[in-house]
Amino acid sequence: MRWNRPRFDGPIKSQPKINSFTFMGLTQQNQMEKPCQIKSIPLSSFRAAKPEKKQNQHAPAPVRYTYKYREIPLQRDVGLAVREEKEEMGYCCNNSFPASSHVLLTDLSQRWKCPKLQNLRHKGQFHGSQKASKVLAFYGLKAPPYKLDALEPHMSRRTLEMHWGDHHRGYVEGLNKQLEKDDILYGHTLDELVKVTYNNGNPLPEFNNAAQVWNHDFFWESMQPGGGDMPRLGLLEQIEKDFGSFTNFKEKFLEAALTLFGSGWVWLVLKRNERCLAVVKTSNAINPIVWDDIPIISLDVWEHAYYLDYKNDKGKYATVFMNHLVSWNAAAARMARAEAFVNLGEPKIPIA
Amino acid sequence: MALRTLITRKSLGLGLGVSQSVRGLQTVSLPDLPYDYGALEPAISGEIMKLHHQKHHQTYITNYNKALEQLHEAMEKGDSSTVVKLQSAIKFNGGGHVNHSIFWKNLTPVHEGGGEPPKGSLGWAIDTHFGSMEALVAKINSEGAAVQGSGWVWLGLDKDLKKLVVETTANQDPLVTKGPNLVPLLGIDVWEHAYYLQYKNVRPDYLKNVWKVIDWKYASEVYEKECP
Repeated sequence: MRWNRPRFDGPIKSQPKINSFTFMGLTQQNQMEKPCQIKSIPLSSFRAAKPEKKQNQHAPAPVRYTYKYREIPLQRDVGLAVREEKEEMGYCCNNSFPASSHVLLTDLSQRWKCPKLQNLRHKGQFHGSQKASKVLAFYGLKAPPYKLDALEPHMSRRTLEMHWGDHHRGYVEGLNKQLEKDDILYGHTLDELVKVTYNNGNPLPEFNNAAQVWNHDFFWESMQPGGGDMPRLGLLEQIEKDFGSFTNFKEKFLEAALTLFGSGWVWLVLKRNERCLAVVKTSNAINPIVWDDIPIISLDVWEHAYYLDYKNDKGKYATVFMNHLVSWNAAAARMARAEAFVNLGEPKIPIA
Repeated sequence: MALRTLITRKSLGLGLGVSQSVRGLQTVSLPDLPYDYGALEPAISGEIMKLHHQKHHQTYITNYNKALEQLHEAMEKGDSSTVVKLQSAIKFNGGGHVNHSIFWKNLTPVHEGGGEPPKGSLGWAIDTHFGSMEALVAKINSEGAAVQGSGWVWLGLDKDLKKLVVETTANQDPLVTKGPNLVPLLGIDVWEHAYYLQYKNVRPDYLKNVWKVIDWKYASEVYEKECP
């Protein structure tokens, strides 16, 4: 396994002894700021207290990242993250790009130099620190791109607190606990982990947690405050092409939500082979990426997603989702990205 | 076929409230609870019992009757593909009805003997097969907590082998889907609707507390009927 060592201006004290845990070594001091921040929030609020300043002497000064343009989060993340504090994660940029699940442990200068994220980094070398480091987490809990009460009255703050804070967090922690046992599944991005643990239909025990983490990341990003309404332009055209009309698609989606037996998810996917959009329902934790399809939006129809707000009225929940919560911006961005992978039609070459 | 036996089992009236319809199709109706909604507090809240009985169980019954009607029509017309298509709806809704009917009988308020451990042959059988009551409870709790998504956890009796077994089923599958000889003695609903309003996502707490209202007398009766 190759990895690029980050280059520094300062001297590196010594080569750290490499074992499978060194580069996962993280201490409180090594926590890096999130890649996307609203610039009004000072960086210091994201760091834990740094008792030893001199550790950072040789490291490049952290870049004060200013928002000039929306940064495209990189799709593939290394399976390393810090455990993020719950209250700090209240804000994130309104991330309408595809789900990138985890905080990248890097400062920005490193990021642009080493775009290949399959590479693992020596955390110990970052700050020239040779302190013994503690593994905090393998995968992190990513916050929804809105505050927890932003979806009221359609999805209450209590539901989000429970759903994100307890269920989603529980999946993340369960996954981390399972991954602590051995190194076999080490180093995957979350997408890859889901596909690997799905094992072509014979899922490994980690699949449930990994897939549910992925699903919930995707689900939070599929919603926005003030959502609903209709998609525009290209996505609307594609929906009309594949379903006849937007109303027809909506009906199909709602029907799928109602006829799903048990717990599961309803998806609007772009099917790779058939090259068209389709509504798909899956059970428990399964999601379309295991079949290599590209999901565009999703709806969680596990009972915990709607029980506190709608009790047993799943139909009302699905309708409210469609009318008030679904983020067509996110869907459009995902569709745009998906079109890079799936050829949806011959290009219209103008006749000379 | 399985469907016929399902209908006839119902019409034998396991106290399930059978009603006749015009064309001779037996539909089912919601059985009454032998106790108040709030009688199982604090193990299961009255709100949950009310929703569970009046909304969820009723929905299963409504959809089951609808599916039965459609099945009846399809069978009369000889429309095999529709017959087959309806099987999953029947299994789900019918299973939901069967399971919940057993569940209501498995529960009883504390002042009527809820939670009292079984005496007699069932008690002996539990000690033989599982070692002790505590071991059985621990096993059922761990299996129930491990169910992914929605399902049920059962204490069943294998009629042929005369053995007690602990099984889980997914969604609303009745216990017979795990083995044709299995007779359900106790079933615990681990769908989220069964505990979410009270225990939120802490299913193990629900499983621990539900034992306080389990009616072992009913389980003993079923056991003694099968294994005299």
